[in-house]
Amino acid sequence: MLDAEFFRRWMTATAASVDREAERLTALDSPIGDADHGSNLQRGFTAVVTALEKEAPDTPGAVLTLAGRRLISTVGGASGPLYGTLLRRTGKALGDAAEVTEEQFTDALRAGVDAVMALGGAAPGDKTMIDALVPAVDALAESFGAAKTAAEEGAVATTPLQARKGRASYLGERSIGHQDPGATSSSLLIGALMEARDE
Amino acid sequence: MKMLINVAETVVADALRGMAAAHPELTVDVDNRVIVRRDAPVPGRVGLVSGGGSGHEPLHGGFVGPGMLSAACPGEVFTSPVPDQMLRAAAAVNSGAGVLFIVKNYTGDVLNFDMAAELAEDEGIQVAKVLVNDDVAVTDSLYTAGRRGTGATLFVEKIAGAAAEEAAPLERVQALARQVNENSRSFGVALSACTTPAKGSPTFDLPPGELELGVGIHGEPGRERRAMMTSHEIADFSVNAILEDLNPRNPVLLLVNGMGATPLLELYGFHAEVTRVLTERGVPVARTLVGNYVTSLDMAGASVTLCQVDEELLRLWDAPVKTPALRWGV
Repeated sequence: MLDAEFFRRWMTATAASVDREAERLTALDSPIGDADHGSNLQRGFTAVVTALEKEAPDTPGAVLTLAGRRLISTVGGASGPLYGTLLRRTGKALGDAAEVTEEQFTDALRAGVDAVMALGGAAPGDKTMIDALVPAVDALAESFGAAKTAAEEGAVATTPLQARKGRASYLGERSIGHQDPGATSSSLLIGALMEARDE
Repeated sequence: MKMLINVAETVVADALRGMAAAHPELTVDVDNRVIVRRDAPVPGRVGLVSGGGSGHEPLHGGFVGPGMLSAACPGEVFTSPVPDQMLRAAAAVNSGAGVLFIVKNYTGDVLNFDMAAELAEDEGIQVAKVLVNDDVAVTDSLYTAGRRGTGATLFVEKIAGAAAEEAAPLERVQALARQVNENSRSFGVALSACTTPAKGSPTFDLPPGELELGVGIHGEPGRERRAMMTSHEIADFSVNAILEDLNPRNPVLLLVNGMGATPLLELYGFHAEVTRVLTERGVPVARTLVGNYVTSLDMAGASVTLCQVDEELLRLWDAPVKTPALRWGV
């Protein structure tokens, strides 16, 4: 069973991972975006950790809802609403339960990913965060480790694609050959699930 | 890269403190990042709120004041502001006549303004929206996030602002804003990439002998790269790209805009070439602006924006405006 403490650790581990990888995310965002993905997410997840330390919500749903709200309020760009919606809608789908099963979490995360697709209008293959999140949710039924691998592979697999959403889409064919920064940061979020469990 | 800053994390806040000191006629909320004309909310008048990433100065903060924007929300450098800022701005300028959000078509701006509009409606503020998407460099909108909003934003903000000042109702202000956008087209070129404070090095590689055709107003590269061209050739290319898409039967407003690092000496020379092409193509110019209005930090280069106007739009363009960066008739 996963409790509020697990989800708090998940957010903390994501923040640490984004901190470590911020420069890489920004570097990935330079050739096809505007070179700020790392610093924007860093600001957002730092705010999430600060908010969770202050409020300490006592259900998994409340942890993720609060995290999502903080991201929307601090990140800006497209990443703020997209990541914010992902966590907020996942949190809402978890409801008021004090503990949730991994299956319930998988279903909730799928609802969150669906909400991101609806908001951003992106489908798999558009070279966005969806390309890491959809395979991750599919693999989550198996294990956190499988989800991490699927997300990482999904992110790498965006390299040969042509972007159809977001700022990279303006490059047309020139977006080909670059790994998508949003798919990469999504793989960090999914990868942090393992760390949250290990603690 | 040397920059006149303290640290990258505070560049926006530092700029807002400076703006507050330079412009006592504005209310600058540095903590919440909202710039509001001091007399807002003006009774019976529609409030105009715009915003976007910082780094495009004077857009949008420089266009706040009587006759133009009621409030502006500056985001981080090249990053959309967040819904909290927009909601705060809407509340500050709403007199009960409603608020128009002027949004440039970039995914982040669109998503954040949509969220803010929902929140504002929850608080009983009537919100309408206009999307600016004038950039003809984005050729195939089916496979992209759609045309970007660039130079036409200034035309939309000025003309909608004049209508709001005359107490036009929200639907009318929105309709005029849409009319301006539909009649506007832009094309931009970059001679160098820009350097964001957070990254500290150029956002993309542009060799000295080459230029990017069809750039947006961020650090993003354009659609096509070529060997460096003369001002004459760039004007031909840019204006023709616009006229392929917009066939003006009426006179146009012309904006020859600098991207931040191109001196006025070059911009005026470029403007001479742009007007030459327009004359050759039989397009009469009603009014002209030459200068840095929608910049991209220290990017070298320029953009051209045309807006076809009728008598009403031209009258509203000529109406008095009093903002830090645009001021006439007062």
